[in-house]
Amino acid sequence: MTIIFGIFLLTLLLITAVAIVQTKNLFVAVMLMGIASLLIAANFFLLDAADVALTEAAVGAGVSTVLFLGALALTSEHERAPTSRAVLSFVVVTAAALIVIYATFDKPRFGAPDAPTQTHVAPWYLEKTPEYIDIPNVVTAVLGSFRGYDTLGEVFVVFTAGIGVLFVLAGGSGGRRAARSAANVGLSQHLIPRVVGRLLIPFIVLFGLYVQFHGEYGPGGGFQAGAIIAAAVILFALLEGEGKALNVIPRSVLLGLVAGGAILYGAVGVAGMLLGGNFLDYSVLADDPVKGQQLGIILIEAGVGSTVTGVLLSIFHAFAARDR
Amino acid sequence: MMAFVLDVLSWVLLTLGGISVLIGGIGALRMPDLFTRMHAASVTDSLGAILVLTGIMLQAGLSLATIKLAAILLFLLLTSPTASNALASAAMLAGNKPGIDTASDGGGAT
Repeated sequence: MTIIFGIFLLTLLLITAVAIVQTKNLFVAVMLMGIASLLIAANFFLLDAADVALTEAAVGAGVSTVLFLGALALTSEHERAPTSRAVLSFVVVTAAALIVIYATFDKPRFGAPDAPTQTHVAPWYLEKTPEYIDIPNVVTAVLGSFRGYDTLGEVFVVFTAGIGVLFVLAGGSGGRRAARSAANVGLSQHLIPRVVGRLLIPFIVLFGLYVQFHGEYGPGGGFQAGAIIAAAVILFALLEGEGKALNVIPRSVLLGLVAGGAILYGAVGVAGMLLGGNFLDYSVLADDPVKGQQLGIILIEAGVGSTVTGVLLSIFHAFAARDR
Repeated sequence: MMAFVLDVLSWVLLTLGGISVLIGGIGALRMPDLFTRMHAASVTDSLGAILVLTGIMLQAGLSLATIKLAAILLFLLLTSPTASNALASAAMLAGNKPGIDTASDGGGAT
């Protein structure tokens, strides 16, 4: 049954992907990309990867669609006619596709018990998580503790991406405040979206906090929570106008969130070193190593959530504040 | 006996929900203009969602899953009419006025 659903969803995904390439209207392409993200999220969920599915749904289908729309507002809705390199790109894409298809022949069968995924480090993680960290969600344990270096790297990638976007978008243009009057109105003329939106925003934030702090016990964590909370604030900005959202969370606070989250993550690692352990070894943070691990994971997840929220909101405001 | 009745009722609801979703899908493809299509699609959003979610709730029985499903239903009932409203006003703003167009017979093409 899972296989049938999976093939169905992947077929839809293929159709959506072809439609994205085909369409010349960028607005349609953005909407289709949201649908593609939702389809792949459903597929992740079918494969029992609830954490990844949540991330994909929150970031791919939710926030990135809004960011794409924000970018689209700065440019034209229609794709420029392609230049004459069509043959070359077709050859490159076909060659790459053939290589990827050829590579799949070497992959183990779907769900094969002797696949490297099942035999390499995964059994060790599953076996040792209750002993070392004692939290039910092994994904969070792997992400936060066993592979803490990778997650630190991811946070710095998000951080760098945010700083990069801010540099590109905020630099250069002199009249950044000119378009603010239009953006400030938001949807305040439209009563129904406004009332329902205002009703929902507290619950979205609450759900974001739940995802953030329940990450040790269920699917969730800093990345998903950051995207959800950012989505709530973006919804507020769309309803009430971008200026009011900046009054609630000013740019300085956003930059503080972006940098503070990354610094918090690094500081937890350094604290481990100062207390006599290795970098990012949380066991020394408390008297009981297990409690120390749990404390460390909660702290670094808070750092991740803060950086992701800050970066997504900064990018949104950078788009919204641009001259048209 | 009670469990059997609940099971039958839930499958009836699920089937009806599936039929409404199908009708909504066909309508969204076949209706002539944007507003009638939205009208058809709203069958999926409202009736389909209510019937399917109630059906699953009966399957789940009294458990945490039912409460989650009820919350999902509540949010769907709040958000999907709002989305339809926003879509319709966006279409109006873009100059897509509702009206009877006798010349075209629709057929799914815009």
